[in-house]
Amino acid sequence: MNEILQILSENARATPAEIAALLGRTEEDVAREIKELEDSGVIRKYITIIDWEKASEGYVYAVIELKVALQRSTGYDSVAERIARFSEVQSVRLISGDHDLSVTVRGKSMRDVAFFVAEKIAPLEGVQSTCTHFILKSYKEHGVILTDKPKPKRLVITA
Amino acid sequence: MTILREVPAWNAEAHISRTVRDLPPSGIRRFFDLVNEMDEAISLGVGEPDFVTPWHVREACIYSLESGYTSYTSNKGMPELREAIADFTKEQLGLDYDPGDQILVTTGVSEAVDLAFRATLNPGDEVIVPEPCYVAYVPDIILAGGVPRQISTRIDDGFRVTPESIMPAITEKTKALVLSYPNNPTGAIMTRSDLESIADLVVEHDLLVISDEVYGMLTYSGTHASFAQLDGMSERTIILNGLSKSHAMTGWRIGYALGDPMLIGAMTKIHQYTMLCAPIMSQMAAIEALLHGEEEMLKMKHEYNLRRRLFVSGLNRIGLPCIEPQGAFYAFPSIIDTGLSSEAFAERLLREQKVAVVPGNVFGQSGEGFLRCSYATSREELIEALDRIETFLDKL
Repeated sequence: MNEILQILSENARATPAEIAALLGRTEEDVAREIKELEDSGVIRKYITIIDWEKASEGYVYAVIELKVALQRSTGYDSVAERIARFSEVQSVRLISGDHDLSVTVRGKSMRDVAFFVAEKIAPLEGVQSTCTHFILKSYKEHGVILTDKPKPKRLVITA
Repeated sequence: MTILREVPAWNAEAHISRTVRDLPPSGIRRFFDLVNEMDEAISLGVGEPDFVTPWHVREACIYSLESGYTSYTSNKGMPELREAIADFTKEQLGLDYDPGDQILVTTGVSEAVDLAFRATLNPGDEVIVPEPCYVAYVPDIILAGGVPRQISTRIDDGFRVTPESIMPAITEKTKALVLSYPNNPTGAIMTRSDLESIADLVVEHDLLVISDEVYGMLTYSGTHASFAQLDGMSERTIILNGLSKSHAMTGWRIGYALGDPMLIGAMTKIHQYTMLCAPIMSQMAAIEALLHGEEEMLKMKHEYNLRRRLFVSGLNRIGLPCIEPQGAFYAFPSIIDTGLSSEAFAERLLREQKVAVVPGNVFGQSGEGFLRCSYATSREELIEALDRIETFLDKL
């Protein structure tokens, strides 16, 4: 795995100088490679993982499972791409199993999310059925455990 | 009815064995007390991983407790664990050890070190101990009735043992040589050819080699080499190893010894009369770690390697010259240019900038002029520690 990507995936704020020190490379060299990764679209965006519950911002999340009736001329892509354009939608994934698409939606309230699904998603051409699962509590997001307790301390000096 | 008797004042000290009374106190102890008084000191003094044992290992232990694994085990350790150790060793070193009579599971590598000396030394037998090194070898040799013969490894040799450094210490009483590479505190390794260079001497004087390889998996350039891998040397080598460093399992106390069936048998004899067996829950965890822990182990090693580069280049940048440590998780910078002793430097650094390091002389006289800095701590702390050490140096 690309070592720069690995470091940035854990800490988007790592500077080229810091990354260079970790990898034993020059800062210029690292900065150039990051630029290339950004330009080629491998790096899409630098975001922050926030525990919204703790921030008391009161967002409501739901996972919507969709069954899609495929049209002869269009595959899953056209429905999925239409859904992805809504700003309420956080992620859209084609999945295996009982359903076809898994969509994460964020809203201000349960009512908000429910109406969004009813008014914007369900009526879309090709969408056969929807099933909305509200998220009650998040334990781990993007590889970060949100419920972790502080690590026990080690002895300060050991042989 | 209470019977009153005249009793002379109790003198506890008179009841302590002379050997124990005369044992030098650990140099780390004094420093530990000093650091403990300090709030919010950044500690680079810790000789253990900062990672918690991987979850799948902890989970396996919990499951074993739920299933009722709370009994004694075979003295030598559970057969499944000895099989797993044999396979792991075969994979890492290409060496075959029979789980039946060539592997002993101990309560941490510390116990294995103690057993190796006690099982092999007669009163007065000498053991060559290259320093700087881990603090337990010398006292363990004394407790076993042996005589430690410390030799110095030098920065110019990359803190490796050379034939020239061993030769003057050999007498007709020399029984064994201790090797501990990758080394605590220097981070030095010995490559296969380094080891070859001392093999003839070892054979010529019929020495036993007690090789502490607990940091073996944490080798950053090339792969770890063991003295036992050299042609004809596996019989006369006792390998001591464990999961503390490689799998972040210090508190579980699981170590093991590998070697000639007679020697392992002798060690097992002491082990069965003293420790009986390693704790079964730890053995269950160790089986899981050895069978399924490679990915997590490599992840931790990778992180140490990143920190190693960050920290060692930082030390050299701020003016504390440091050879590249190629194993373990320690850097061993020289402070000779500052004119301060190791202890004075460490104590002032702690008081003035609240960074704890371990004075090099704790690990033997030849460690004077150096500091042991553990980089088994977070990147943020390492960066902050470097800043503080730089400020300290500027004010000298």
